[in-house]
Amino acid sequence: MASINLNGRIHELGAPDDMPLLWAIRDVLGFTGTKFGCGMGLCGSCTMHMNGSPIRSCLTPISAAHGKKIITIEGIGEDSVGKHVQDAWVKKGVPQCGYCQPGQVMSATALLKSNSDPNDQEIENAMVGNICRCGTYNRIKKAIHNASDKIKEGSK
Amino acid sequence: MKSLYQNFEVSKRILDRRDFLKGLGATGAVMLTANWTWAKEQEIKYGGPGMPGGVIEDPKVYLRFLSDGTVVVICARSEMGQGIRSSLALVVADELDADWDKMQVEQAVGDQGVYGNQNTDGSRSMRHWYLPMRRCAATARTMLQNAAAKHWGVPAGEIKPYRHKMAYAGGGKEISYGKLARMLDDQDIPDPGTVILKDSSKFRFIGKDQTLSVDNTNIVSGKGMYGADIRFDDMLYAVVARPPVYGSKMESYDDSAALKVSGVVKVVPIEGATAPSEFNPLGGLAVVAENTWAAIQGRNALKVAWSSSPNDSYDSDSYRNEMNTASHNPGKVIRTVGDLDNAFASAAKTHTADYYLPHHAHAPMEPPVALAILKDGKLEAWAPSQNPDSSRVKAAERAGVSYEDTTLNVTLLGGGFGRKSKSDYVVEAAELAKTFPGRAVRVQWTREDDIAHDYLHTVSSEHLEASLDKDGNTTGWLHRSVAPTIGSIFAPAQRHQQAFELGMGIINAPFNVPNMQMENPGVDAHARIGWFRAVSNIPHAFAVQCFIAELAEKAGQDHLEFYLNLLGPDRKINPLDQGDGWNHGEDPEIYTVNTGRLKKTIQKAAKEAGWGRQLPKGRGMGMAVHYSFVSYVACVLDVEVKNGGELIVHNATMAIDCGKAINPDRVRSQMEGSCIMGLSLATTSEVSFKNGSAIQNNFHNYQVARMPLAPKSLSVHILEPEDVESLGGVGEPGVPPVPPALINAIHAVTGKRIRQLPIGNQLA
Ligand code: FES
Ligand code: FES
Repeated sequence: MASINLNGRIHELGAPDDMPLLWAIRDVLGFTGTKFGCGMGLCGSCTMHMNGSPIRSCLTPISAAHGKKIITIEGIGEDSVGKHVQDAWVKKGVPQCGYCQPGQVMSATALLKSNSDPNDQEIENAMVGNICRCGTYNRIKKAIHNASDKIKEGSK
Repeated sequence: MKSLYQNFEVSKRILDRRDFLKGLGATGAVMLTANWTWAKEQEIKYGGPGMPGGVIEDPKVYLRFLSDGTVVVICARSEMGQGIRSSLALVVADELDADWDKMQVEQAVGDQGVYGNQNTDGSRSMRHWYLPMRRCAATARTMLQNAAAKHWGVPAGEIKPYRHKMAYAGGGKEISYGKLARMLDDQDIPDPGTVILKDSSKFRFIGKDQTLSVDNTNIVSGKGMYGADIRFDDMLYAVVARPPVYGSKMESYDDSAALKVSGVVKVVPIEGATAPSEFNPLGGLAVVAENTWAAIQGRNALKVAWSSSPNDSYDSDSYRNEMNTASHNPGKVIRTVGDLDNAFASAAKTHTADYYLPHHAHAPMEPPVALAILKDGKLEAWAPSQNPDSSRVKAAERAGVSYEDTTLNVTLLGGGFGRKSKSDYVVEAAELAKTFPGRAVRVQWTREDDIAHDYLHTVSSEHLEASLDKDGNTTGWLHRSVAPTIGSIFAPAQRHQQAFELGMGIINAPFNVPNMQMENPGVDAHARIGWFRAVSNIPHAFAVQCFIAELAEKAGQDHLEFYLNLLGPDRKINPLDQGDGWNHGEDPEIYTVNTGRLKKTIQKAAKEAGWGRQLPKGRGMGMAVHYSFVSYVACVLDVEVKNGGELIVHNATMAIDCGKAINPDRVRSQMEGSCIMGLSLATTSEVSFKNGSAIQNNFHNYQVARMPLAPKSLSVHILEPEDVESLGGVGEPGVPPVPPALINAIHAVTGKRIRQLPIGNQLA
């Protein structure tokens, strides 16, 4: 039986190895924080971290996660950068419907973990794969800058 | 069955607590006085009371006080990103003088008999529920006051609310709302005449620009519960193969390969309605499995033969020609003023233009999804529904149970934009629940399903002609609009736009032009047409606002000056005088078309954007303004077009007059979102048909705005005219002015006039 390391815990998975992580984690394990938006790697709603890098879980089979650490929106608040991002999202009132936001938070956290002080261009490059049909992009940018400020304050 | 849905127990309690409706407090001992309402004496036709189910102003329906101090607000409007759950809660909190962190919101089930109208569309949640919710809260506050008075044996008039407590100044006593909660049961609902609304100068939340949300903390940590997040042990997952062409039916199928897919449980035909199919499913074949992935794999393995359909030849290119031809010939006259022929005969200049806008798919980030269980003769469903009562009616019908035995729970909506006011996806779940009694079944639409089987935004050809005198005044105005109507999903042979579509920016053009004619030549629909955020305002405003910019150029005048002249003197136009008997369902005496407000809105946007200022080379500004959903919104865009056609939106300035802004932060967020959605509509989005089917199927070919297209700077300016008490809509009216503002800005940079959307590669 396959197993995955999800948010720091090992879960046994009775599912075929080619099942995308998105469905394995949502349907089989029952963690519904990660969202389905397109199933083709086009929208970013399903973004998770695999060994710290953002992945589109709708296209990533279980087999690709063997021996890797998966973090989802349910676990990202344990990370100090992830927590700053979530706080900034609330502070700036980013969500409208909110459906894309778990994916946006995961992409933004991955960005800030590799670059704690991104400029607007770097933010656009990192976030271009995440669609928000409600159109919260301008607030997302502001929230990323806000989280960046907090991260920099914290590391002083 | 054990529920995995954390809020399920809560929602169950709501259901079982119909008896709660008898009481505000913990035990509910007081009987509700029959039909307690603030109803007007006269016949009610407009606004909230004119809606199906009307308005209920009963605090026992909408508020609950818990002994730990929590104040629960029941939200009967669906939350789809407009922030209504938080906005109604802040209205109640302010009227009660409650602490924000003690406010909780519970989502109502679909039940218009109990809650009044729940159809969350038409940008009217706050417009119709602001005062009713304030009155509910003010009544509850009076009851808390009376309870405290009784408790202390002092006159109620000497007791004042202060931050979640009642205080008796004379005796230095205070008592918390939590303690008073239990005493509410002994309180009668006071005479409405004794209930006084809070003085607006004392507001702490209403109209204050702060970010308050009851949902965001959950949303950003993955705990927001959307349609697909409701789970049960032993539940089943389905996807449906639907007819590729509207009007086609399943003739035969071979499911042998599908059934061999690991995890597939059963293949179930879904009965479809014939066109006009209203809110009913299209029919087809459901693959039911142990998880979504298996269901999708199973569907890929199906072989289905579909019947031919009268819409098999629907082809967007030829349809466009058909519409264009129709728009060049006289059609059904919907409004005439003066003598157009005469105006053209004596014109110094004339101008003609044709505009085309394609179908759009709503494409909410959460595709349609619903879950249902039929157990012991009772149906319970969960759905992200904009229209929960209608979904309940339809689901009950399909499952063969009564309305009373059906419960429709409303989850958060991952976007709606009009798509989720139609219940076809909920009915599919009800049908499958019938097939698997006792088991929860979820129907999940894929993105491909969503785009191929949407209730699409209409497609339209708009033809305009105008005559100018020698001074550049507009003397004649002809507008012909050709577009398949939403009416076509409800009745056969509907070829003309209906009153509500015509009332969205064509018949009610508020211009000071002595000779005008509006016409609507007919055309058949070949796909499901439905409401899309701002609806027919999008094509009408696009054509009108682009055409005005063209006329200004023709007249050699500044666009703003020309527009203000066209608008004429400030006046409040009764919509009935413009032949608009619909008026967004509002009282034409209260909700006039106010050209003064239009003028101030565009002037505000122009001023804030620095209209007329010198811009760097390669950049230009465009503007547009539009009245819809009884609000006024203007947009000014400052854009750059690079060699090769790359478009950069540097600054977007939105101005809105929606009367009073109850939750300004959410008014801003709706304008921001409207701006982005308007940019999607203008630049890349289109659903087109070939051989009866949609060509686009996912976000690679149905492209929507991504972050790089978002304006580098986006500001929203809220006008709050002091003399306006009435509220306007907010969710939709921001969209229509954005596409024409963009086209006008592009013209300012490039000299190129784009009249066909999307822009696509027309800038290359
Ligand atoms: S659902 Fe995976 S990228 Fe859209
Ligand atoms: S907040 Fe609704 S899709 Fe992003």
